[in-house]
Amino acid sequence: MRDLGELRDPELLRRLAARLKGMAAPSAALMEVCGTHTVAIARHGIREALPKGVRLISGPGCPVCVTPQEEIDFFIALGGVEGVRLATFGDMVRVPGTEKSLEQARAEGAEVLVVYSPMDAVAAAEREPEKEVVFFGIGFETTAPAVALAILEAKGRGLRNFSVLCAHKLIPPAMMALLDSEVRIDGFICPGHVSVIIGGDAYRPVAERGKPCVVTGFEPADVLGAVRMLLEQIAEGRSEVEVEYSRAVRPEGNRKAQELMGEVFEVADAGWRGLGEIPASGYELREEFGGFDAARKFAVEAPEAVEPPGCRCGDVLRGVIEPRECPLFGEACTPRKPVGACMVSSEGACQAWYRYRGQEMDQ
Amino acid sequence: MSEERVLLAHGDGGELMGELIERIFVSRLGTGEPPGDDSARIGLWQEASSCRTGARLVFTTDAFVVDPIFFPGGDIGKLAVCGTVNDLAAAGARPVALSASFILEEGLLISDLERIVDSMGAAAEEAGVRVICGDTKVVPRGSADRVYITTSGVGEVPEGVEVSGSGARAGDVVLVSGPMGDHGLAVLSRREGLEFESEIVSDCAPLAGMVEGLLEAATGVRVLRDPTRGGLATALNEIARQSQVAIEIEESAVPVRESVAAACEMLGLDPLYAANEGKMIVVVAEEGAEVALETLRAHPLGAEAAAVGRVDEAREGRVLLKTALGTLRILDRHVGGEMPRIC
Amino acid sequence: MCLAVPMKVIEMEGPVARVEEAGVSREVRVDLVEGVKVGDYVIVHAGIAIERLEPEEAKETLRLFEEMFPEGAESSR
Repeated sequence: MRDLGELRDPELLRRLAARLKGMAAPSAALMEVCGTHTVAIARHGIREALPKGVRLISGPGCPVCVTPQEEIDFFIALGGVEGVRLATFGDMVRVPGTEKSLEQARAEGAEVLVVYSPMDAVAAAEREPEKEVVFFGIGFETTAPAVALAILEAKGRGLRNFSVLCAHKLIPPAMMALLDSEVRIDGFICPGHVSVIIGGDAYRPVAERGKPCVVTGFEPADVLGAVRMLLEQIAEGRSEVEVEYSRAVRPEGNRKAQELMGEVFEVADAGWRGLGEIPASGYELREEFGGFDAARKFAVEAPEAVEPPGCRCGDVLRGVIEPRECPLFGEACTPRKPVGACMVSSEGACQAWYRYRGQEMDQ
Repeated sequence: MSEERVLLAHGDGGELMGELIERIFVSRLGTGEPPGDDSARIGLWQEASSCRTGARLVFTTDAFVVDPIFFPGGDIGKLAVCGTVNDLAAAGARPVALSASFILEEGLLISDLERIVDSMGAAAEEAGVRVICGDTKVVPRGSADRVYITTSGVGEVPEGVEVSGSGARAGDVVLVSGPMGDHGLAVLSRREGLEFESEIVSDCAPLAGMVEGLLEAATGVRVLRDPTRGGLATALNEIARQSQVAIEIEESAVPVRESVAAACEMLGLDPLYAANEGKMIVVVAEEGAEVALETLRAHPLGAEAAAVGRVDEAREGRVLLKTALGTLRILDRHVGGEMPRIC
Repeated sequence: MCLAVPMKVIEMEGPVARVEEAGVSREVRVDLVEGVKVGDYVIVHAGIAIERLEPEEAKETLRLFEEMFPEGAESSR
């Protein structure tokens, strides 16, 4: 797309970066709540382009990282059931459960299929009627509609061997919960694609609590522009919802997607790694879709969920500490030998900080 | 004798195996003489009267287990030949001979095997090398994934050629012989659960000829490395560590095909970590860089060669990446199986 | 968790469309995007189109950046 090519023009990027760095800006702590933003910021060295006094904090935006240990353990335990073929997004494969990861379970004989789309999992179920395909439904509001569609598709095709372990979480309730924490947050970089679904208006309650919100795309230019917009709001004492990612996000979001989610899921209290239980912050499958609910279909023994000792993923996810402040970071915990989810996940803050570190952070 | 599939009996050393070897392997890879001894003699000295005292022997081995075995642009057989030839080329060696061992799963279609071995023969011919010995084993269904191939190769490094992973020096220029990531993405495009259509074709190719031309024309070629698994990023990290230098590359200078970039975006992958099977990294002294680049570009397999960075003294063992924004960050080696992401 | 890419619709049949970018193409579901037609750009996430991308708006974003970061205004750094 030609205009997107223009957005990526290195000349433009260098100019945006230089101007931002030279901006007379208030000191501010800006939080992003999307793993894809975490990676984009780290990968393009956005922190190096910030004006003095401005910090970018990573929040609970990595769906793999925020999925609590119990849910991961349960899914891995399902892999031990005869005839079950687990299907998952690639992101989950290396995440450590209490006893083992999916990768290790696969080495022990579990069938694990990595898919790009939940539709591929439905197709796998149709291809092999003698297998029970169980799909791990992780992700936020960007992904939930796709999973809802997959369930409806499976229903429409009359499949009895497809189910989803529903672990979807919702972003705005988590943002509200963070406002009551001890972490200083002066503004939010809101997740572009979650917002495609839920709409810019969904962040009004956050803005009404005095925190500027800018719905941001994922090109480095988008992030640089959004940071500027947030700093301007802060300098002018405003707290509004603005949409930088206007090419994809509407104030009301995607109504069709919202309807579909509502048809298949209902809002429920949900547990988040690091944030604990947050009311009305997740999805469960509605009763009438019970036949596609892995939690109802299967009963397995999952190990007692235990967080790895010394791991501070919870604090990283809440933005209380930066990854490098965790005593395990870079020493006991590296991408090569990770301890916690934040280092394992390709969107985890710890892995992003480690892999894309600037020179001054080099161990 | 029209068995359509490989049987366990094909591996038991008897007549059936003999017939298989003759029909499938020797006819495609041999000189036409019946296989005799279990090992083959290699003549390094062409004339009895001359003694190539400066020449050194290089020996390498590799196993190939790629899935799927047929992918756009190649197959496991072509890969096996090119992979080993390129390892020899990366040592500055002219390939002299290859061996090929096959582990076949019971039930493998003979027609698939014929296709693979045909492909090996063609690749070997293109590389100017012969497969002169080999082995065949058959294992029960389920014990292997269709076919595994192990190739070993012997090569001769001409006198005066000194390339090694520890040869990089501050001030050297880093070149790549073409766009990155073709092979990795071509294979992924056929992987179950991820299938997508594309024009992406594996770059699998034997590079001995291109390297020979390069070493003849350019001075100061210090390091050659084929960036296979783990991609450019991992190979550069290996060189930086071995040579105890820093390497800085510019993200916008690394050639990547539009289709590969698009596929990587879709799957959440980074082309800097995707495998290549027909590319060479060349680290060359500054004074030889221009000629090296020209020579590569003049060869069909190096037509899109580009300079991507420099070798530095500071921060030994590190690879740094200058982003499109102009900021500098560390480019680490590959960590785990980089799985296509949704996140 | 927002990895989604803009791709162009080149074929459509019912709820299934073929989308393409730089020669890479895939079948995706377009149930979530009302009134999508061949030639439209959509944002694709996990094999599903989640929204239409407005090329005009991309131009708008560039214009916005021009305003926020005017060329020529030199920074002190």
